[in-house]
Amino acid sequence: MRVFKESLVTSLTWLIVLLFFFPIAWMVFTALKSENDAAAIPPRFDAALSLDQFRAVIDTGIGDYLTSSFIASVGSTVLVLALAIPVAYGLSIRPIVKVRDVLFFFISTRFLPAAASILPIFIILKTIGALDNINVMLLLYAAMNLPIAVWMMRSFFSEVPEEIVEAARLDGANLRTELVRVVLPIVLPGVAAVALICFIFAWNEYFLANLLTTVEARTVPPFLASFVSGRGQFLAILSAASTLAVLPVVLAGWLAQKQLVRGLAMGAVK
Amino acid sequence: MTSNSETTTPPSGPAADASTARTPLGMWNSKPRQPVAGGAAAKQTARLARGLVLPGLIFTILLTQIPFVVTIIFSFLQWNQLRPDEIRFTGWDNYAVVFTGPDFLRSLLATVTITGSAVLLSLLLGLFLAVLLDRKFRGRGLARTLAITPFLVMPAAAALVWKWLMLDSNVGMVNWSLGLFGIDPVQWNTNYPWVTIVMVLVWQYTPFMMLILMAGLQSQGGDVLEAAAVDGAGPVRVFWSLTLPHLRPYAEIATLLGSIMLLQVFDPIAIMTKGTGGTKTLSYLLYERAFIGLDIGQAAAFGVVAVIVTIGFAMITLRSVFSIFVEGKVR
Repeated sequence: MRVFKESLVTSLTWLIVLLFFFPIAWMVFTALKSENDAAAIPPRFDAALSLDQFRAVIDTGIGDYLTSSFIASVGSTVLVLALAIPVAYGLSIRPIVKVRDVLFFFISTRFLPAAASILPIFIILKTIGALDNINVMLLLYAAMNLPIAVWMMRSFFSEVPEEIVEAARLDGANLRTELVRVVLPIVLPGVAAVALICFIFAWNEYFLANLLTTVEARTVPPFLASFVSGRGQFLAILSAASTLAVLPVVLAGWLAQKQLVRGLAMGAVK
Repeated sequence: MTSNSETTTPPSGPAADASTARTPLGMWNSKPRQPVAGGAAAKQTARLARGLVLPGLIFTILLTQIPFVVTIIFSFLQWNQLRPDEIRFTGWDNYAVVFTGPDFLRSLLATVTITGSAVLLSLLLGLFLAVLLDRKFRGRGLARTLAITPFLVMPAAAALVWKWLMLDSNVGMVNWSLGLFGIDPVQWNTNYPWVTIVMVLVWQYTPFMMLILMAGLQSQGGDVLEAAAVDGAGPVRVFWSLTLPHLRPYAEIATLLGSIMLLQVFDPIAIMTKGTGGTKTLSYLLYERAFIGLDIGQAAAFGVVAVIVTIGFAMITLRSVFSIFVEGKVR
């Protein structure tokens, strides 16, 4: 009876998990079909599969958009880490007044709807001719992710045992040595978690990219959103484009699952 | 504060030693934790700390706060991009439009109902999934991996996949599945836009909530649960009186982070419903005014009011959550 109940719960678990994963599986499956098979109802589970749709997507020039996305996401993540590590360190290890206020300020900027600052940014960029510039996107994504990064990173830094830092200080380590040689190695998993989360948010960002880029600096999300022309069949090629678009982040998330959990949970609850 | 004196006194025995070794360095309270010898040294340390914090702070202020101040200035201007030479100061006119027109309240309602429902539903579903995936069973690692994936999927791609592959009235899988049970096709996107948006958001955010709650479940001491079981508490009783209270801070932080992200939700609305049928949230309304209506002054006024509303909400949530972490942590 007990065994039966256990396996019943396990089956229920799998059922829900597979339901949740179904849209993604279906997207990949559709991407491998021909347009005719993709639009068939009832759905054809025995359709001939090929990589033709992926070739067609690559021919539309998705490569350029992927490159732009990579520059903006990786670049902004590096910049966020360069800014957030000193901030978190300053907030958690050196005694400073008003730690709480500074943290509070950082996290409250994240509540500021991007929509509220987009107007001046748009007009300034338009005036100085910096619209459609990937470096601008990089800076904006860094600003977008910095608050969350500071918040999470600080909690990782505050996990560092005081004795280790004390010992390094007694040995005459200066600030840089203390940070780079002593503290950073300990918090490295945390830093990796923060980097992953910043990369995910930057890669997936649509609102700013849609408004501030057109051709040169166009990233993947707005490209994808404008992909459906409304004419002819498009389900299979849309699925192929979506699959390519989500692949980097999904793979990164799968491979670094532990860091993801750590980043979200630890950064959150400390 | 009594708690502080405990951590600042030098360890005097093996027991005290063990406890301080586990004390994290950081503090939520603003008092310096270690007594600093000499005013000059203290000043130097403070200067150093400020030097470390300043670059990040200035960067954030430059890119988020100053544009917002400019938005406030814009909100007092009559400025339509179609008539760029007629920019002039109009006082509170734009705000009068915000508060007398029907759009603002409708939009506020859309924002609150969409955010509220999506957060609540994904939190409950996330809790359910977290409990299920916390059990030991064959293939648990794979099940977890699959379950977190919706959170990783780019929202623009998620919106498109749901709009066309899942919910389309002709070729969508949802209608096809419903058809197997003899239910007529539903025009999700046109007839139930609000449900559509909430559905997609719940799909994306359930894994997010689940991740945080699962970490909470894993941090629960197994010995406490065992002791409770030995004392004759059934699994339901244990869940209600031990596990749920333990999960409370995790649920709170998940709600906070989820609300931050969902309050600004834009992508599925722009891609799926274009703000129809009660899905015109504040971000979408503002976008529409500014970039379709080209009315900068109006849009700015909507933006300012949206920020005030959001920050007001944020303050209430943050204060309560922070106080739990600040006070709860120190004690």
